[in-house]
Amino acid sequence: MSSSWGKQDVAAIIVALVLMWSMPSLISTYTLTVLIIYGMLGLSLGLIWGFGGILCFGQAAFFGLGAYTYAIAAINMGESTIPMFLAVIVPALFAAFLGVMMFYGRLTDVYLGVITLVVTLILFKFVNSTAGPQYVIGEARLGGFNGIPGFHTLNIPGQPEAYIWGDALYYVCAAALLFLYFFVTWLLRTSFGRIAVGIRENETRVSLMGYDVRARKTILFSIGAAIAGLAGAFFANWSEIVTPGLFSLGQSAEIIIWCIVGGLGTRFGPIIGAASLAYLKFLLGQQSLIDNTLITGIILVLFVLFLPKGIVPAVSSLLKISFGRRAIRKFGNRRTSRRVGKING
Amino acid sequence: MVETVLETTGLTMRFGGVVASNNVNFSLKARELRCLIGPNGAGKSTFFKCVIGLHTPTEGQVFMRGQETTGWHPHEIASLGVGIKTQVPNVMDGLTVFENIWMAGRRFMPSKEASRKAHEIIDRLALGSIAKAELGRLAHGERQRVELGLVAVADPWLVLLDEPAAGMTAEDVDRMSTILHELTRTAAVVIVEHDMKFIRSIASTVTVFHQGAVLMEDHVDKVMSDPVVRNVYLGKKV
Repeated sequence: MSSSWGKQDVAAIIVALVLMWSMPSLISTYTLTVLIIYGMLGLSLGLIWGFGGILCFGQAAFFGLGAYTYAIAAINMGESTIPMFLAVIVPALFAAFLGVMMFYGRLTDVYLGVITLVVTLILFKFVNSTAGPQYVIGEARLGGFNGIPGFHTLNIPGQPEAYIWGDALYYVCAAALLFLYFFVTWLLRTSFGRIAVGIRENETRVSLMGYDVRARKTILFSIGAAIAGLAGAFFANWSEIVTPGLFSLGQSAEIIIWCIVGGLGTRFGPIIGAASLAYLKFLLGQQSLIDNTLITGIILVLFVLFLPKGIVPAVSSLLKISFGRRAIRKFGNRRTSRRVGKING
Repeated sequence: MVETVLETTGLTMRFGGVVASNNVNFSLKARELRCLIGPNGAGKSTFFKCVIGLHTPTEGQVFMRGQETTGWHPHEIASLGVGIKTQVPNVMDGLTVFENIWMAGRRFMPSKEASRKAHEIIDRLALGSIAKAELGRLAHGERQRVELGLVAVADPWLVLLDEPAAGMTAEDVDRMSTILHELTRTAAVVIVEHDMKFIRSIASTVTVFHQGAVLMEDHVDKVMSDPVVRNVYLGKKV
């Protein structure tokens, strides 16, 4: 099986660079930065759910954990490099611990969803109740419902005073998203990624082939959490405050909606879903006529009813149909039907 | 002396008050092909599931090449080099025929070698014309054949098949018989099956199950002419 990089990947890089350069002329870099961060978060769930078949209702837990880990570490260390690494490692380890309990405990999808949801709720309740002075890690007070403000934000590694903010933060986040996109692409082309897709398709069969499904699901779950944690750390840098709202059930539900709307089983879909819905929410937030959540709900219902596969698979099918028609016009019906016959027997 | 590759001693499986498998002592030599037959509810599939690790037996032991595998997970048993096919076609519907077979081979060999072996198996099973088709779009018989490919690609030394010929056309069944005979050159094969014509075409020795226990074990012709077997299996009064 070929795992080489092709024209599609080159096209993706060109499109990403053009978007990265052109979008600031349409939307402010401040808004774009958070859309990109949500894109990372969407990609994290898109990887484990769309390709690994693990429906996690608590992706916000890893997002929040990444943000809080960064904030606490940054206060204690006075710089951002190690806190950024910790913001990736801590959610990944937490997910590994959770994954071992769930996957080795042979929990089915429904219970997995319930447990991840409950863990998010526990974290939300716990962080909300840490307002007292006794909740301190090093020099960082957890701050309860007020959250943690005033931590050291992103700097150039080794130069704590050289802050990365504004436009620079936008370009760093965009580059990070591009890196994550190609990391996920590479991962899915490795044997590990292909077998993860096999697990999504039929867990029992993959097990009967001799693969340890439990270990593979745990690893994939941890990778998804690490990406969500990185998104959380960038979010903390963007907002310059972390609050318990990051762990909220609303946030978790939104990530699932992003993936459904963008298109499950695609790498680009969850990013598009996250960025477009978050931007819509931002636009709707500027008016008081209609409730935000109502619109999000209506969009979800409409997508489930009329475009269940999501935006990216729908556009992709449309392109295939139009290119298919062009091929028929170019080569003639007879030749095309011969080719189809060869593939389908 | 021919090696015993599969052995069970006193294998018993209870579901509450129901004894689905009752003190089954079974042994299989290397490169032997054995069919397990019996009426519905005789305990064949329960025995099969205990051997492949989908059930942990209530009592008794399972040995493969002398190593005890009782209570092992299916992936641990498959990792030993055991090819397994369950009763219902158990394939990855969203992936192509090639991807399915490649994945089964990849567990035991590097990626390029798995690709080469997958192409080889696809040719042997005459699946070339549908190699790029998704499994979910194929007919039942084709899916059964692909699943046999998943089992054969890793060169197993023990093959366990639950009703491999179910729902197949006569042509597919003939092809299946040929492939199974080819497999016995290197592997011992256990087949749970109902189709007597198919059994006669592939096996010499059969084990008859009745009410969870082994009723008889002998040559297929002798077994089929036995009045007790005819009574319990075919429902004919003697």
